[in-house]
Amino acid sequence: MSAHIESHDHHDDHGHGEEVSHSTLKGYMVGFFLAVVLTAIPFWLVMGKVIPNPQTLAIVILTFAAIQIVVHMIYFLHMDTKSQGGWNMLALMFTLILVVITLTGSIWVMFHLNSNMMPGMSHDMTEQQVKNLP
Amino acid sequence: MNTPDLVKLIFGRLTIEAIPYHEPILIGTFAAVAIGGIALLAVLTKYKLWGYLWSEWFTSIDHKKIGIMYMVLGVVMLLRGFSDAIMMRAQQAMAFNGSAGFLPPHHYDQVFTAHGVIMIFFVAMPFVTGLMNFVVPLQIGARDVAFPFLNNFSFWMTVAGGMLVMASLFVGEFARTGWLAYPPLSGLAASPDVGVDYYIWSLQVAGVGTTLSGINLLATIIKMRAPGMTMMKMPVFTWTSLCTNVLIVAAFPVLTAVLALLSLDRYVGTNFFTNDFGGNAMMYVNLIWIWGHPEVYILVLPLFGVFSEVVATFSRKRLFGYASMVYATVVITVLSYLVWLHHFFTMGSGASVNSFFGITTMIISIPTGAKIFNWLFTMYRGRIQFEVPMLWTMGFMITFVIGGMTGVMLAVPPADFLLHNSLFLIAHFHNVIIGGVIFGVFAGINYWFPKAFGFKLDSYWGKWSFWLWLTGFYFAFMPLYVLGFMGVTRRMNHFEDPSLQIWFIIAAFGAVLIAGGIAAFLIQIFVSIKRREALRDVTGDPWHGRTLEWSTSSPPPSYNFAFTPVIHEQDAWWQMKERNAERRTEGYLPIHMPKNTAAGVYIAAFAFVIGFAMIWHMFLIAGLAFLGLLVTAIGHTFNYKRDYYIPADVVARTEAARTEELAAHV
Amino acid sequence: MSDIHATPSAAVADSQDLQFWMKEDHHPENGTLLGFWIYLMSDCLIFACLFATYGVLGRSYAGGPSGADLFELPLVAVNTTMLLLSSITYGFAVLEMQKNRRGTMMAWLIITGLFGAAFLGIELYEFANLIHEGAGPQRSAFLSSFFTLVGTHGLHVTFGIVWLITLLVQVGRFGLTPANKRRIMCLSMFWHFLDVVWVGVFTFVYLMGVLP
Repeated sequence: MSAHIESHDHHDDHGHGEEVSHSTLKGYMVGFFLAVVLTAIPFWLVMGKVIPNPQTLAIVILTFAAIQIVVHMIYFLHMDTKSQGGWNMLALMFTLILVVITLTGSIWVMFHLNSNMMPGMSHDMTEQQVKNLP
Repeated sequence: MNTPDLVKLIFGRLTIEAIPYHEPILIGTFAAVAIGGIALLAVLTKYKLWGYLWSEWFTSIDHKKIGIMYMVLGVVMLLRGFSDAIMMRAQQAMAFNGSAGFLPPHHYDQVFTAHGVIMIFFVAMPFVTGLMNFVVPLQIGARDVAFPFLNNFSFWMTVAGGMLVMASLFVGEFARTGWLAYPPLSGLAASPDVGVDYYIWSLQVAGVGTTLSGINLLATIIKMRAPGMTMMKMPVFTWTSLCTNVLIVAAFPVLTAVLALLSLDRYVGTNFFTNDFGGNAMMYVNLIWIWGHPEVYILVLPLFGVFSEVVATFSRKRLFGYASMVYATVVITVLSYLVWLHHFFTMGSGASVNSFFGITTMIISIPTGAKIFNWLFTMYRGRIQFEVPMLWTMGFMITFVIGGMTGVMLAVPPADFLLHNSLFLIAHFHNVIIGGVIFGVFAGINYWFPKAFGFKLDSYWGKWSFWLWLTGFYFAFMPLYVLGFMGVTRRMNHFEDPSLQIWFIIAAFGAVLIAGGIAAFLIQIFVSIKRREALRDVTGDPWHGRTLEWSTSSPPPSYNFAFTPVIHEQDAWWQMKERNAERRTEGYLPIHMPKNTAAGVYIAAFAFVIGFAMIWHMFLIAGLAFLGLLVTAIGHTFNYKRDYYIPADVVARTEAARTEELAAHV
Repeated sequence: MSDIHATPSAAVADSQDLQFWMKEDHHPENGTLLGFWIYLMSDCLIFACLFATYGVLGRSYAGGPSGADLFELPLVAVNTTMLLLSSITYGFAVLEMQKNRRGTMMAWLIITGLFGAAFLGIELYEFANLIHEGAGPQRSAFLSSFFTLVGTHGLHVTFGIVWLITLLVQVGRFGLTPANKRRIMCLSMFWHFLDVVWVGVFTFVYLMGVLP
């Protein structure tokens, strides 16, 4: 059975080497170490209440998350500009743009909808917004 | 367990009352469908076509056959969607001066919802996917798509979704919410019946198919182009298909997610879009238009590609401004994600947000305008042949420009506050969708039909179809612009002001003309099949085409190309003809091809059962069907022998037959 | 963009022997890994929508409990550890696969699956606790979006485990064939992709959720 499969698969062998050539033990270990550190610090920042201002804290931990995502992309998903002729990277960049558009766009649009149309529901409306009500 | 519990366990909320036997229109329709269906089954059985259909078509992984099946699905669903349309036009033309018309509101609301859903998801999408499926591998010199099994599976998922919509006609009812099913109207409180569930599940099932076929064609275009075909040597239709599939892959997940949230609200009792417990119905509108606006470009971009091919071929000129065409397409692809809010300017997001999206909307019309100029300049000083595909293209150019301009009018937020939800909007989007998508599909069908079947379509009936559609369109939708300016809103079952009636009568007359156009199209197909010997084309290149699909025989052999073409220039086939490239007639090699499989049909059938069972709350059956789906899918992954070789002598024989045909022709 | 004009190829073409058909057999590159990556990108957008929904509705408590009241960060930290460990063990499995060592590779895959199962177990325990406290998905829009986002991630992990078991059977039966290696690489991408999503989840949902 398995011999048969091999005989059928010989034709798509080529190009197979490059698919996995990026993985090394060192790469995985570095990635793992960085991931652990980048996870531990935000947990410590939040649980230990290290930064009193919540807004600053939110920005800091979001930055850590962004860095960690890059680390995972490079060391675990082996992203680089060459894999699959650069198409992987292009797809990723395009997706990231769309993710940013979807996330920030939705939050932006919905914030304005809420503050204009449902002022009663807004928890922390500034005086300026109250004045701008239609 | 006592009987009622058992019945409920198996049938959920499905009862005999769900069959609308008290509605004469539906019973009539059902009788017609049943008789027609039985007749069809009888014919198939009599001529013993079942085995042939099953092994040569239903389980086929040949991209050409799947493409053709998509087109057939599109035509069938077009008939259904159009019957909804003409019912609406008749109702609105009649329901004046105290007459209630023939459709009660409850029924009318389902009709306009079904019309929108069917026309977008089960007419336009199959047409577009079908054209791409058939043409793209041929244009890039490939022998099939990257994932042939997925291709077959995607098709059957689309069919399963379409069947769920059709089932709603005779079992239960369809949504009464409009084609995007905004909550809170589509929420459990306002729509407790099965209509919205039919809507959700048919779109979810079909959406899986659409997403997978998008991934498939993307991988195909990126990985399987013939040697030498760099990105900037790809035919324009392949370029627009590439961008369309990027949009499909990036937009349909949003639809899947937002419909999943709506179904959670309906099935689990969550509070995403409800009126209390912090839910926010506007979030649904926001999310669904993040899908919805790219969707309209998914529909129209491939047809821009069709028009580009048609214009170049029938003007006997290289396409003007190839690079600008490509850049325009890419720019549209990206920008189409930045305009979604123009669908709800009136919802109150305020001046800053509205201005941003108004401006982006106006900007997106620029690349589209550039394309129009490219087509015009291609025609300029060309030797134009007024074949049927070219007629559709010219009809498109005029009609689409009008639609585009009314679109820019709607992009101005203050104007939109007056025109929102009016018949002006209806006229606008039919203007671009009929003028762009439908005209393009007919251009594409007339253009590539000879490639698919080896004979041209009859041009006499083709011209009838074109002129009836074109005039019908203007009669049907220009009055709607007028009515929109008068402030008449959409989705009304009857009107009080008798002075409006004349406009609706004109519109209904237009719909009758369009019905004639559709009939002429069907006659065209029928007549062409009867006259196929007279219309036969043995060259494989009836229009003197420019791209690779015309270099092989019509219909192409299952392997498309005996030898993989090598590309040196943008219009590859044109260059080969100019240089009198000899067709190779020896040295054939065995060709590696994928094998047919029935797994796609089975998995899609399970998906249909899951959808139907979930709609009727038959959770036991849904669970079993899901298990069946999982087992079939996993079982399929144990099938490693998915390919075979066409022996060299079979290829040699096929090609020799073509050599003879070509020799006899000259 | 010189290649759009005819000039370069015309120059080549003057040397009359321009070849238009390949003599030898042509095998296009296998598209599976690219196709799977594109699928992951589309999946990523599903998550983007769920994140956006959480971003919009995440503070709509409807008078119910908030993230600060509900989330137990130590538990989330343990859960995150499980997922991170499963990631590195999957990495080890890939390294073994490259060396064609089937036995050890399968062992690492099994360990990966166990970490995944532990992650799911902890998540289910957390969900059960919340529902028990009356903070189920029906309680408020915040909880609806919380359960859906985290639950969708969990559902993905579940499918990952089902896939992993299937692959174990297939590798056991058919060996490390090119097709199976490709599948292992696809699942690897899937698994690490779920990690990336989880980074977003623990930051955006849990850590930021407990902030005032």
